[in-house]
Amino acid sequence: MAQALDEIKIGGLGASRKRVEDDRFLVGKGNYIDDFKLPGMLHMEILRSPLAHARIKSIDTSKAWQIPGVHMVLTGDMAAQHNLAWMPTISYDTQPVLATDKVRFQGQEIACVVADDPYIAKDGCEAIVVEYEPLPVIVNPYQAVAEGAPIIRDDKEGQTDNICYRWEVGDREGTERAFAQADLVSKIELHYPRSHPSPIECCGSIADYNAATTKLTVYMTTQAPHIIRAAVAIVAELPEHMIRVISPDIGGGFGNKVPVYPGYVCSILCSILLARPVKWIEDKTGNLISTHYARDIYYKGELALRKDGKILGVRFHCDTDNGMSFSDAQPTKFKIGLIHSAFAAYGIPFGYMTAQGHYTNKAPGGVAYRCSFRVTEAMFFQERQIHAAADDLGMDQAEFRRVNLVKDDQFPFRTPYGFLLDSGQYEKCLDVALNAIGYKEFLREKEEARAQGRRLGIGISTMTEPLGAGNSREYDILGIKMFDSAELRVHPSGKAILKIGSKTQGQGHETTFAQIVTHELGIPAADILVQHGDTDNTPFGMGTYASRSTPTAGAATSMVARKIRAKARKLAAHLLEVSDEDVEWELGRFYVRGAPNRGVTIQECAMAAYGNMPDGMEPGLENNAYYDPPNMTWPFAAYIVTVEVDPETGVWDVLRMVAVDDCGVRINPMIVEGQIMGGMAEAFAMANMQFITYDAEGNCVGSNYMDYLLPTAWETPGFELHEVVTPSPHHPIGAKGIGECACVGGPAAFVNAVHNALDDLRIRNIDMPLLPHRVWEAMKYKRDVSGMPPLKTEAG
Amino acid sequence: MYPSRFHYEAPSTLDEAFEAIEAYGDEAKILAGGMSLIPLIKLRFAAPACIVDINNIPGLDYLEEESDGSLRIGALCRHRTLERSSLLRNNYPVMFATAPLIADPMVRNRGTLVGSICHADPQGDWASVMLSLGGEIIARNAEGRERSIPVSQFVVGPFQNSLQTGEIAVAAKVPPARGTRTGTYLKLERRVGDFATVGVAINLEMSGGTINRAGIALTGVGGNNIQCTSAEQSLAGKSLNASTIDQAARLAADAAQPKNDVRGSIEYKRHIVYTFVQRGLSSREARAA
Ligand SMILES: Cc1cc2nc3c(=O)[nH]c(=O)nc-3n(C[C@H](O)[C@H](O)[C@H](O)COP(=O)(O)OP(=O)(O)OC[C@H]3O[C@@H](n4cnc5c(N)ncnc54)[C@H](O)[C@@H]3O)c2cc1C
Repeated sequence: MAQALDEIKIGGLGASRKRVEDDRFLVGKGNYIDDFKLPGMLHMEILRSPLAHARIKSIDTSKAWQIPGVHMVLTGDMAAQHNLAWMPTISYDTQPVLATDKVRFQGQEIACVVADDPYIAKDGCEAIVVEYEPLPVIVNPYQAVAEGAPIIRDDKEGQTDNICYRWEVGDREGTERAFAQADLVSKIELHYPRSHPSPIECCGSIADYNAATTKLTVYMTTQAPHIIRAAVAIVAELPEHMIRVISPDIGGGFGNKVPVYPGYVCSILCSILLARPVKWIEDKTGNLISTHYARDIYYKGELALRKDGKILGVRFHCDTDNGMSFSDAQPTKFKIGLIHSAFAAYGIPFGYMTAQGHYTNKAPGGVAYRCSFRVTEAMFFQERQIHAAADDLGMDQAEFRRVNLVKDDQFPFRTPYGFLLDSGQYEKCLDVALNAIGYKEFLREKEEARAQGRRLGIGISTMTEPLGAGNSREYDILGIKMFDSAELRVHPSGKAILKIGSKTQGQGHETTFAQIVTHELGIPAADILVQHGDTDNTPFGMGTYASRSTPTAGAATSMVARKIRAKARKLAAHLLEVSDEDVEWELGRFYVRGAPNRGVTIQECAMAAYGNMPDGMEPGLENNAYYDPPNMTWPFAAYIVTVEVDPETGVWDVLRMVAVDDCGVRINPMIVEGQIMGGMAEAFAMANMQFITYDAEGNCVGSNYMDYLLPTAWETPGFELHEVVTPSPHHPIGAKGIGECACVGGPAAFVNAVHNALDDLRIRNIDMPLLPHRVWEAMKYKRDVSGMPPLKTEAG
Repeated sequence: MYPSRFHYEAPSTLDEAFEAIEAYGDEAKILAGGMSLIPLIKLRFAAPACIVDINNIPGLDYLEEESDGSLRIGALCRHRTLERSSLLRNNYPVMFATAPLIADPMVRNRGTLVGSICHADPQGDWASVMLSLGGEIIARNAEGRERSIPVSQFVVGPFQNSLQTGEIAVAAKVPPARGTRTGTYLKLERRVGDFATVGVAINLEMSGGTINRAGIALTGVGGNNIQCTSAEQSLAGKSLNASTIDQAARLAADAAQPKNDVRGSIEYKRHIVYTFVQRGLSSREARAA
């Protein structure tokens, strides 16, 4: 009798298979955008505004045109002739491609130069003379609505203020009633500072317009090639089938490579005008100061509390700083992403929230930096608010959470803001974390240390995140529904190619998606090639962000494999000369019911699909699937951090960090752990050092890696990882998504720990990042410390 | 990140280097480790017409004690060499404490101490260390004449040194100790590879418990590295105790001229100077003598 296949050995579900993409990366054989060299290719550089707000009086490009080797100097006025000086954003606003009337943030694109090489192109940019008339600058939402504030978007008809949206959700009256019944109302005001996803590889594109065939091929750093193709078709008014977007290996995305940027558009326009390939590679400063930022939200929240710790209601307001354009990358219907997922895990009966967006003289954006749309902010605000409330009640941090977390038997659970939590074991996750850290012992240790003048602290954070946007009822981007896709081709010898609509930027899709096929069909993972990122050769999909690939494209992969299996069953019946119903499946093999020795492998079925199919059956073993998820998947996590704060300098060190993640079924545990560690490193970064701020003139502080701090291996603490597994009840293989959880839920754990170390000083809040000087100021003056720009820079 | 056009020379003798410099005058720039110069030209903050790469010139990569007990550090002696030197570990504690705090391992593999002092970045650590040690720069001109310039007179402003056109800094020099050296370097940085928010160099030359010479200098809290002359004088001839330490720390904090910026307030930085001088003087290393 045939030996049953060992799923782990063949690289199926649960196998910590080494990442197949790493081989080429480790030996320098990756193919990133800057590695491509096309015949006749020209190079483009962008001239950016040094000022944050100014009227452009004149642009003189004559000297640039005179430089030998310069082929094109493109300005906003020229782009306007092609109707491309401005472009639409995903949030139904407009964003300049090249400035015409004014510059509205430092780093804004003013002109671009195309030349034989990038050095000449840069010389060309330097030779352009721009005359500016400076205007007053706005760097936070409160300045934006202050009396007499200049109207930043005076280009928009009917725009008489600096507000770009208003939004509300929840049950206002019900929430008011809940607050009327409260024993105690706990309030807090917070700022999640502006940060930047900052992939190591910056953005870039090579536009190659073939005037003979009229086909436009665009190689570009994009997390969502199919959406970009649709956008290019609409913006540039080109036929969609004559556009091919190729997204090659990507050196990190983190949300930064979802939007359309002026550089892409300019390279396309220049290629069409010059009928030659035009390459644009952004430099680090360009990336940091002009491409989409994340966060920058001011939060005012309150909880209605009963004496016993039960939360009766939640109410909050968010003011977002959207920069000069409302261009959040998010499902179109939602103006501040899914921030109303805040408090979802706490089983609060009533909730109401409002939000208002503001134009400022800062780079536009609002991408979901390693999170499902604005959920990082949601979970940070939630956990800081929960921390403050427990303190106000005089209740233990862990106990307060335990009282309020949704219980196992309450799933599926409808939140007051309308989400439906699919599953979870929240209390269990919390307990695993408390146990791992040694909660009670640490609290004792903290008291002893305090007596000796040392400051120890412990911080808890939990998170849940709506993943897998989305179901098509609720989630769309500019009218295109948010499903995803997979196409599977099983070749005669039983080897296969899987093509997916999502696009890896380091997550390891080429490894894990093969494992899903292995799980469904028993074809060894090594026999499956995963392809993605080329719109001509992969099915339509919405791309990779918001931890959506496994919930959507991963589910589509399961479904297409099941379609293949269904056809293979018919082939097996034919080969075994029995009826379909008499065929049983085990991993990789069909056999005759009651006669397990009589069987055929999936590979034999594949051969039969091309050489020995039954009469009337279409040849071939290929199919596709489009998966529209019935609901979001909801991973959960409990994170606990302990710290020691130096009372003299404000420097704090992480003592331990424990992470308990429940992301449902783990396809490749090693990759899952890598994702958690990466996310946690970013969470630590947010809490400790990483942010972008602005001075009063609108100069961006954080425009290079000496000022925009990413932690290195040296200061990043070690992480202790644990797991709980609650399979998603509606995902075909029970997986939930894990790419972002730690980045989403982690920051509050670090921040709460530092606040806990100062818990005798009556400090409500120090804004992130908890820079040593901020912590010191809070300790010395026993006061809150705000991080709101403008940055104080004057001497004296 | 594309620099302007420049001419590149890689001479194999000092004489050839002087020729290249002479041809371009102020428009020529020496390239030692390149860890400061290359970023500047890539950002187009500097656009020298000629870059004179001295890395092929033999005889500049050394670290040795002279017979009179002074230390000479050649123009191509890398941070990495200093970091691993047992000579520094034993006799130059402030230098030995500093080397691993400069930048990151990649930068330390290339960057040089002499280049760092020539660069005169107020946030550069080595100039403070040299001030605390009473160090000098040896400059040489095309005729082969050498002069030594105390670092206190060499660094004349932010990114400005007192080399004359046509001179090359060939070495740095630390004078012999008056007694046994103790000391340390304390640096507040936001993460590895960061420049100092505050750096404090402490060098004590002692006999028994008595301080013959004290050197205290500050990084990152002024337009230049700051030598804390009053604090140094307050310690001379004294021994370390709570009150001399406190007084020196206060005087050093007074000498600082910090600014408000993203790294912190004036008040905070002064406080850190105070704290670090106090910690440095109270440390086991300082008291070891
Ligand atoms: C990421 C990063 C982090 C850093 N962090 C720190 C830090 O924490 N602390 C710190 O102190 N430094 C730091 N540095 C600077 C580093 O130490 C440099 O190596 C040093 O400042 C310059 O040395 P260099 O040999 O590289 O000089 P180069 O870059 O080659 O030259 C610097 C300048 O000095 C001139 N010059 C060099 N040698 C001579 C000479 N022999 N004669 C005349 N002129 C000369 C050059 O013309 C140039 O103007 C950092 C640098 C980087 C890139």
